[in-house]
This record gives sequence, C-alpha cells and structure tokens, in this order.
Amino acid sequence: MANMINSLSNMRLLDDLARKETFIHRIHPLIKLLTTVAYLTVVVSFERYEISGLLPFIFYPILIFAFSEIPVAPILKMILLIEPLIIGIGILNPLFDHSKVVLGGIAVSRGWITFLSIFIKCSLTVTASILLIATTGMDRLAAALRMLKIPKIFVLQLLLTYRYISVLIEEVSRMMRAYSLRAPGQKGIKWSVWGSFAGQILLRTFERAERVYQAMSLRGFTGEYHTGDISKLSFKDLTYFAAWCLFFVIARIYNIPVWIGSLFTGVIR
Amino acid sequence: MHMADALISPVVGGTMLAATAGVAAYSIKKLQNEMDEKKIPLMGVMGAFVFAAQMINFSIPGTGSSGHLGGGMLLAILLGPYAGFLTMASILLIQALFFGDGGLLAYGCNVFNLGFYTCFIAYPLIYKWFTRKEVTSKRIFVGSMASALVALQLGAFSVVLETLLSGKTELPFGKFVLLMQPIHLAIGVVEGLVTAAIVTFVWRARPEVLEKAANGEALGNISMKKVLTVLSIAVVAVGGLFSWFASANPDGLEWSIEKTAGTTELKASDGIHKVLSEIQSKTALLPDYNFKTNESENNKEETASQAENVWPAVNAGTSVSGIVGGALTLALAVFTGWIIIVIKRKKKKITA
Repeated sequence: MANMINSLSNMRLLDDLARKETFIHRIHPLIKLLTTVAYLTVVVSFERYEISGLLPFIFYPILIFAFSEIPVAPILKMILLIEPLIIGIGILNPLFDHSKVVLGGIAVSRGWITFLSIFIKCSLTVTASILLIATTGMDRLAAALRMLKIPKIFVLQLLLTYRYISVLIEEVSRMMRAYSLRAPGQKGIKWSVWGSFAGQILLRTFERAERVYQAMSLRGFTGEYHTGDISKLSFKDLTYFAAWCLFFVIARIYNIPVWIGSLFTGVIR
Repeated sequence: MHMADALISPVVGGTMLAATAGVAAYSIKKLQNEMDEKKIPLMGVMGAFVFAAQMINFSIPGTGSSGHLGGGMLLAILLGPYAGFLTMASILLIQALFFGDGGLLAYGCNVFNLGFYTCFIAYPLIYKWFTRKEVTSKRIFVGSMASALVALQLGAFSVVLETLLSGKTELPFGKFVLLMQPIHLAIGVVEGLVTAAIVTFVWRARPEVLEKAANGEALGNISMKKVLTVLSIAVVAVGGLFSWFASANPDGLEWSIEKTAGTTELKASDGIHKVLSEIQSKTALLPDYNFKTNESENNKEETASQAENVWPAVNAGTSVSGIVGGALTLALAVFTGWIIIVIKRKKKKITA
C-alpha cells in the first residue's frame, strides 16, 4: 500500500516539476535527451578502479539542480530507494575480490575500490535519468522520441501507459484496501484468491480501455496523438549540447581532481 | 532482474539497445499489418495494468513472505507476442525514467531480458505448445508455469552474461550463476502461479478476451523460422560481442583468467594472484591513476607510507593529490550549485 502511494506521489511530483519554467526546462527536449545519453555513456565508460576521475561528473547534476530549481531532498530520497539494489550486487565485490593492493604498507582490498566506483556511478546515472524527466516531462520527451523517428505506435503506447498508470494504481489500491480490511494483519494476497483478485482488476481494466477508446474516438482520435508544438532547435540549444559534450570529453580524458590536487599540494610545498 | 546503468559497459549497453531496437522494429511491423487503432489504447491500459499489478503483493504459500508479478508472460498471453513485447518496453522505459529502476543505457538489456524471452521464446514455443489443442485450466496452468520458469531462467542467465561482459563487478561466472539461477527459479514459480491464476480467471469469466487476443494476433501463424532467425541474430550478436570484447580489451580477459584462477584454491592461487596482479598493474592503460584514490584507506596508507618510506615518493604524491583534488572538486561543485541558487533567489526577490 505504502509502496503504491509512494510511486504515485513520486510520479506526480516529477510531473509537477516538469511544468516549471526555467532555463533548463526551456532547453529543447531532444537536446536534453541526447545530453543525458552522452553523460551516461561517458560515466559508464570509466574503468572499474576509477574513482577520482568520476568526481568532476557531479558538476552535471548539481548544475541542473541549481538552474532548474528542482528540490534536491525529494529526488535524493528517490535515489536512496534505488541504491540498496545496486549495493546488493556491488557489495559482493569485496567478498569475491580479496586480492590486496598494497599501498604504502597497508593492504586495501580491491573489491572495496570497485564497489565504491560502482556506487558513485549508480548515484550519478540514476540522478541524470530522473533529472531528465523532471525537467522535460513525458509529453515533451515523447515528442523528442518522435523526432528521433521512433515509430508512432510505440510512442503513443508509451504515453497511454503512462497516463493510465495513476488511474489503475488508484483502482488497485482501492481493492487492496478493501481486501486488507477484510483480512487484517495478513501479509499479501492469499494464494487461493490470486486469480480472482488480479483477474478482477484486469477485467475492469479491459472495460476501462474500452471506455477510454470510445471517449478518444468521440474526440476525433484516428491513431494520431498530438504532443503539442515543439520548437525547432535554436542556437542556444546547440550551444548547451556542445558545452556539456566538451566538458564530458575533457573530464573523461584528463583526471581533473589529480590535476587540481597536484597543483594545490605543489603550491603548499 | 533490472540491470542498472552502473553495472554495464557502453559496448554491452549499446549492443543490447541495438538488438532490442531490432526486435521492437520487427514487432511494430508485424503489428501494423494486423492492427486497428483500437488496439493501441488497450495496449496502453494493459501496460498500466501490469505496472500497477507489480505492486500487489501475493503471499507465498508456506513462507510467510510475499512476492509480486513481473508480467512479461501475462502480456504475451493476453496481447500476443508483438504487442506484449512493446508493452513491456514502455513499462520499462517509464520505470527507468521515473524511478531510476534500470537505466537508459541498460534499457536495451532490460527489455531483452524481460521481454524477449517471455514473448518470443517461452510464449510461442512453450505456452502455445501446451494450449495448442484445446484450452483447459490444467493446460493453462502447466503452460504458464513452464513458460514462466524457462523465461525467467533465460532472463537471469542473460543478466549474468551482460554483467560479466561489462566487467564492472568482481563476481566470478560460476558463483554468479549459482546466485542468480536458483533465486529466479523461486521467483519463476510465483510468476507462473500468479500468471496461471489470472489467465484462468479471465478465461472462465470472459473467454472471448483470451480468444480475441489470440485471434487478433493470428497466433497460429507464428512461424518457428522467424523466431529462430531472431534468436540466431541475438546469439551472433552476443557471441561477436564476446570475442570483440576479449580481443579489444586485454584487461577483461586477464580479469577473467585471474578470477577463475583466484577462486579455485588457496595456496596455489596466491602465487598466481600475485603474478597476475603484477602483470595487470604493468599493462594497465593508466597505471598512474590506478588504486590512487580511496577515501579513508588512503589517508591511513599515506601516513603509513611516510613513516615507513616504502612507498615511492612520486606515487605517494599522486595519491595525495588525488584525494586533495577529489575533495576540492566536490567542494567546488557544491559551492557552484549553491552560488547559482543564491543568485537566482536574489533575482526573484528583486523582481517580486
């Protein structure tokens, strides 16, 4: 139950955030999509043992957060919910890789280094994906997918799925509430009613789909879903894309923290 | 079973995205031939149904715990393989974007693992085979159960392959397989039971829904040839990827040798281990940056190195600069963000 309400409120929150009007929100959706993919590719391309080189990539989410006025706390909470999954796999690294790297007399298990690297990568990539949707919104992202020549059927189906998730989750939570009131303190739905419980929801869903379709037809639906006007790429959009790509490339090739650090420690000495 | 971006390499992610795009394009082409626009809202709502259904916890008999539905098999049975695959793809995209479940780069892997095996292997080859002559509740049960089990095993195995090819984790192949397959056997049983229960209920209450889904997709015509063609393309893609990965990146191969050697026995492997890690440190692309920057351990090791003076001075310097620079980078990033926010607020106050 809590799970369902959580998901729903998260989706609505991101939906609301996507309606803000900031510099980042006004960037062309296609550009934001491409920038995100470029970012993910570069972050993921780092070696297993790399940590310091990854750190400059935190500039991307932080700048997006700051410019788009997206509140940090709720997004961080969503990311924290994902982390256990990745920690679950990553934590096995220290268990399996005992090979010690002797650094200055102290042995460090390499597994911990790879684990930390995976953890950082996970935080960065998940944040980037969520920020994409929080600054773009589903409709504009769908329009960007259409510009990439993703077939109409898929984009339309994606939008409809997205629209009806909240409707159906409400339906499911209503049934769950009714069930839990009749079976207090029970964990999950009893196996003997699995079929009828989920099946009922499914049948309601079918009927709903029928009504949805009729309503759509009445309003002139003929297989085309209009996502609204999307402006053409402007000079600003292209500059945004080029600037980020330049930063990604530089940060990928040069280890900026080591460079800054040696500059700094050099000055002290 | 969702793969995360952090666990895959760009090559594996890209290849699987291409493979998934191929299967999706094929599905769309098949659908366009036999579809009226009425089907799209149904697919949309079905996708939403599976999404919502994943949140219902079913109690698992005899364990006191609960699990939930994955939905790939259900989609294939109720919508047919092509529409089922596309619906799964849209659910996974929404999960990746809104919940960070999986990721955009890992999207191809996830759609393939959860959608391809259910819709194009388990459904046509297993479920259809069991229900080919007549539909009874027993046949639905056996068909759903067998196909859910097989689909989840294939999906889990492909997760193992994709993770290992990406080379981000240290999991040795054998142990990872032993970890993934039995867990997904248990999950597969629950998936099979729930799928069978739902399909049977729908078949009893509204038999025409199942018939419609089956007839609408012209299910009798799925030729084995096409399924096998797609499958063989996937196998070639994965196989080709493996060899390319091995030849292009000696580190990956070296790593797998080291892992296999390292996990066998204690005494013998210690020697091999040492030798191999020495080789690795010599052949690494950026030897200077390796192992230089681990937070707290490095602090300790740094003081230790000063005391013992064993560690070469140059490297100690790089290691220190790595930590100092890393801390400065993070501080700078946070500071930049803070400054922007402060400036933005001031501007707003002035305009307000």
